[in-house]
Amino acid sequence: MAFGPYFLLATLEGLVTAAVLSLIALGLSLVFGVMRVVNVAHGEFYMLGAVLAWWVASLFGGHPAIGFMVALVLSPLVVAAIAFVAERLVLSRLKYEPEATIVATIGLLYIIQQLALTFYGPEARPVEAPFHYRMQLPWFGYSAYKLAVIGFSIVMMLATWFVLTRTKIGLVMRATQFDRETAQAFGIPVGRVYAGVFALGAGLAAVAAVLIVPIQQAHYLMGHDPLLLSFIVVIIGGLGSLRGTVLAAVLIGLSDGIISMFFSPTLAKMLATLAVAMILVFRPQGLFGAAAR
Amino acid sequence: MTRLTPSTKSVALHIGVVLALLALNFLLPEYHRGVFARVLVLAVFAMGYNLAFGYTGLLSLGHAMFFAAGLYGAGLTIYHLEWSVWPAFGAGLAAGVVVALVVGFLALRTTGVAFMIVTLMFAQVFYLMTLYFTTYTRGEEGLVLPQETRVLGFPGGMLDLSDPSTRYLVALSLFAIVLAAILFLVRAPYGRSLIAIRENEERMRMLGYNVFVNKLMAVVLSGLFCAASGAAYAVLFGYVGSGFAAIQYSILPLLWVLVGGAAATLGPLIGTLFMFYVIDTASSYTTAHLMVVGLVLIGVILFFPKGIIGTVRERWLPWLP
Repeated sequence: MAFGPYFLLATLEGLVTAAVLSLIALGLSLVFGVMRVVNVAHGEFYMLGAVLAWWVASLFGGHPAIGFMVALVLSPLVVAAIAFVAERLVLSRLKYEPEATIVATIGLLYIIQQLALTFYGPEARPVEAPFHYRMQLPWFGYSAYKLAVIGFSIVMMLATWFVLTRTKIGLVMRATQFDRETAQAFGIPVGRVYAGVFALGAGLAAVAAVLIVPIQQAHYLMGHDPLLLSFIVVIIGGLGSLRGTVLAAVLIGLSDGIISMFFSPTLAKMLATLAVAMILVFRPQGLFGAAAR
Repeated sequence: MTRLTPSTKSVALHIGVVLALLALNFLLPEYHRGVFARVLVLAVFAMGYNLAFGYTGLLSLGHAMFFAAGLYGAGLTIYHLEWSVWPAFGAGLAAGVVVALVVGFLALRTTGVAFMIVTLMFAQVFYLMTLYFTTYTRGEEGLVLPQETRVLGFPGGMLDLSDPSTRYLVALSLFAIVLAAILFLVRAPYGRSLIAIRENEERMRMLGYNVFVNKLMAVVLSGLFCAASGAAYAVLFGYVGSGFAAIQYSILPLLWVLVGGAAATLGPLIGTLFMFYVIDTASSYTTAHLMVVGLVLIGVILFFPKGIIGTVRERWLPWLP
């Protein structure tokens, strides 16, 4: 293959990564933006979404699309419910103190990971894609499912944007983010908003996971890389900025796809992590974010 | 007993702890002596972490890199350059100080959550480096230091570090030295200024303290102690691998310090010992030891945010350092 088509392939792969990554990062960014909680267990909610998707899909025979569609609805709901309970039982009692919540979410990370290992096992298992159509480009065939993933992610992002900016729920969330005490004084049930946001964040990660399992397999350690990558995306994009998060996800996804096609993936990860650490040191508000309030 | 000053009491207590640990070398059965030797070395790691986290209030999620800097500094020079143990140990310490100086200089420009994430990322870069230079480090598989290289030369003779009793006593000596150093540090004006920075950084700045330099010193000292623990681990247990640079080894000292009691000199030892035996007991019933770590983390942060020593100090013994 000549350089051009090769580059196109890398770009397409990068876009798929970017689509999934922006959903995960959006969840992390919402939780940090509204609650000021760094959710270290976010990657595990993603993993849980994938594992549940495999489990749900394996219950359904017949056409793979049925199992997949049920998983796409059910798995994020279950994950969101688990996150809701964890928030009420643990985080709310810690009064959302940043350091205590980090320690608690690290604990949550270990618990979820161990449960997945115990009940799901160390194997990596695939979920069959809902359809197997291949688009024939002039140079190579490309899976139409991957393109559908990009499309569906865009729809999910638009829906989240709509909820945040055009509905009552979004208004309440933004009010809580802007000034917690004043929101409470105006009768907004801040505790319930926090639990809802935490559940929503986890649910978004689970949606991303269900979309990815037909491409990558479900594995109990799969939450680690997306966690770091979505931290990177959230930091570069600037906290609480939806547009920044999407832009950064595209940037990171594309460069990850392209760099790892031409260089060693370890080296690529190393340089990317170092670059982001430097951004955080010298420009803490992110590349696209406004200066901190 | 009431005539003893808190200062005398605490010095006596620390000497007592070290003497008791010395006696245990002759009393403990073989298996537990091995566990204790490991705990003593890792408690040094936790004490180094405590200096940054407990006393200075710097919650770092990247201390594995300081431990691993010591581990690799000592291990690689022994394995590839055939250095003897003393200079290799020195190389480990030097590696730790250099890494701590560079990382501290950069990361201390940030505070709070950003500080945690930046240290986490630097540690991740360090971990990936140990994987990238796999020709020298052999990555996850690691290097096993041959027994004949692990001898400590003295003017009077040689000590074989793979002998269980020698290993225990060397680990205890390191532990005692670092414990004394920490006790001295936190009672000295410098240690007091670190605690004051933790409590109110703005006020310290207003009083004319150079907060950045004080914090950088704390990170470097913390890195030095962690590297000492890593270098000792390499020469005492003869294994050097990427696993020690991974994120778990940044979380573990945090866990040990939280369980034992942050900003308490004996907290790290108690916490490390407690967690080792909790996991040891749990693994005889179940393989799910990660679960235990997770539950203890959440339980401690919810119900005993001050840790074991912290709770004892609050309830009964207010003079504990």
